[in-house]
Amino acid sequence: MKNEIIVIELADLLENVLVLKTKGWRLSQICAAFRDGHYELSYSFADDETLDYETLRINCPINSVVPSISEFYSAADFYENEMKELFGVEVKMMKRDYHRRLYRIKAEMPFLPEEERAKVVRQPDTAIPGAIPEAMKGVSEVPKEDTE
Amino acid sequence: MPKSRIMAFTWATVKNLFSKPVTSKYPAEPIAYPEGSRGHIEIDIDDCISCGICEKSCPPRAITVKKPPEGTWGIERMDCIACGYCVSVCPKKCLHMVEGYQTPGGEKIVDTFQRPHMGEEYIKAQEEKKKAALAAAAAKKAAAGNAGTAPAAGAAPAAKPAAAATTQKEQT
Amino acid sequence: MAKRSVVPFGPQHPVLPEPIHLDLVLEDETVIDVVPSIGFVHRGLESLVKTKDYNEFEYVAERVCGICSFGHGNGYAEAVEKIMGIEVPRRAKYLRTIWLEMNRIHSHLLWCGLMADAFGFENLFYQCWRIREKILDMAELTTGGRVIYSTNMVGGVRRDITPEMGRAILSTLDFIEKELVPIRRTFLSDYSVQERTRGVGVLTKEQAHDLGCCGPFARASGINCDMRLLGYDAYGELEVEPITATEGDNYARCKVRLDELFQSISLLRQALEKIPEGDISVPVKGNPDGDAFVRLEQPRGEAVYYVEGVGDKFINRFRVRTPTFANLAGLCETIKGAKYADVPLLIVTIDPCISCTER
Repeated sequence: MKNEIIVIELADLLENVLVLKTKGWRLSQICAAFRDGHYELSYSFADDETLDYETLRINCPINSVVPSISEFYSAADFYENEMKELFGVEVKMMKRDYHRRLYRIKAEMPFLPEEERAKVVRQPDTAIPGAIPEAMKGVSEVPKEDTE
Repeated sequence: MPKSRIMAFTWATVKNLFSKPVTSKYPAEPIAYPEGSRGHIEIDIDDCISCGICEKSCPPRAITVKKPPEGTWGIERMDCIACGYCVSVCPKKCLHMVEGYQTPGGEKIVDTFQRPHMGEEYIKAQEEKKKAALAAAAAKKAAAGNAGTAPAAGAAPAAKPAAAATTQKEQT
Repeated sequence: MAKRSVVPFGPQHPVLPEPIHLDLVLEDETVIDVVPSIGFVHRGLESLVKTKDYNEFEYVAERVCGICSFGHGNGYAEAVEKIMGIEVPRRAKYLRTIWLEMNRIHSHLLWCGLMADAFGFENLFYQCWRIREKILDMAELTTGGRVIYSTNMVGGVRRDITPEMGRAILSTLDFIEKELVPIRRTFLSDYSVQERTRGVGVLTKEQAHDLGCCGPFARASGINCDMRLLGYDAYGELEVEPITATEGDNYARCKVRLDELFQSISLLRQALEKIPEGDISVPVKGNPDGDAFVRLEQPRGEAVYYVEGVGDKFINRFRVRTPTFANLAGLCETIKGAKYADVPLLIVTIDPCISCTER
């Protein structure tokens, strides 16, 4: 019943996640936090057999582009969209990008301190092709202004 | 596939036909609250010392305490989440959680309680207190001056316990 | 080619007690894709933590959700206790377990009612909620609140359960157990109910694992995942055996939840029997400095709490990952390929709690 936090580099994220994936661990949660001028991302994984819990912690500056792990864990795109919308973390290669429409809230990046919000540079569409609901294309084009 | 039956729920339907309703006619029949039900906050305003601890610890900031001379204790009934934290932190134990829930409504209700002997009366009392304190201090000073001048320099150790006694009096 | 159309579902819908919005992409009657969006009741509780004292935030944490409230307060309290190294008295641990299980019973009965309502069995719905009323009465008797207990605090609990209350709970449990038998029979063997539940929204074990599902939703797919096995509170001293099913459809989810009701009743009986005498809380001194992840089993599944303190009385960060958020991905997977008419039912089967999800 271990429960530990391991600090890793951003570049080592995918490798570490892949190791856990091959070990058969389950993605438990991903969360972001903003502290002391940088993002703190925590990727938690759980093993239901041994009840172990492991959290990969990454410290990265604003505007670093985080690779998505949704190719390994398809549920990860919810958490990644969440941190993108609430904290402004830029995630690339998401399986499904909700284009800031997962949380239907008016405020942009509400959990990021106000003075930091201007620093975030929006990446151009970083999702992999077909990430936004392929099936919705051409059926209903919802203009972005209508979302609020 | 396990056995599947048709009309497995007939028992309830039949039973319901011949049994009393489980609901009560609420406004006509009063409800019995169990002891310790967390309904709303009441205050024994006479015991309140306006310390403001309840105001600082209230999670939704529903309580407003005005220190004397106003000496009021107010609560926004609609904001109160009935957690009872103020009751547990109150040093004078003058807050109580009593039964009876806040009725819903369209307007925010603010209940304000006034401590007795506040306002002008309090200011007057305070002034009198101050005057009395000043008078007492002056009297003490005079007494100390007399005590200081009368004995010779050799009696200094004897003056010490007297000084200690006066400081103790001030503290109490 | 089949006609393709997008149908918005929610945020207001008869089956939804709380707002969630789904864009359903239909091909004729079959859903081929679903795009969920949440945030209609986003309150930013995770940000609020910075303005509240850590003792005071306990009551805010509890109000993350209106149904599984006690668990949220408990998760927060446990995380703070873990950071500060506080050992809670054994009696307090048992009391927490009792209230957690009462919470589970009322939450599962609520779900049973909503499920019956979703497939249009109104009478069954009333019966479930009639029974639920009894456990709510017991909650009010022991804690003073019907759904929000507010008895938890950092370092223990605030109220005690007297022997008379214990006896009242036991007699209520007898009543509930007796009344539940025919309800379980109706859910699991009634012909019309099975028409709506059998084989609908199948989620295989592999899918459930890959999508990170948890709670009864994952257990219905055969994943043996129950955080009560971690032995937090008094669960280490009670007999907990996760209830699983293999089918992974609506029927299995009904079965798992109904059987968990009986399991909760048995856990409550065990806890009330074994509860030791002693203090119910310890005094707490100092401020939390450090961080901790705590997991516990809510009625809806595994909830993760992360608390970080920096040595003053305000908590720096509080994060809840609620079970519904984890199950959203599973929900979308089950909806894909289902008939449009089954969508409301499928949403109900994950036991959605949107207020928790958005915090």
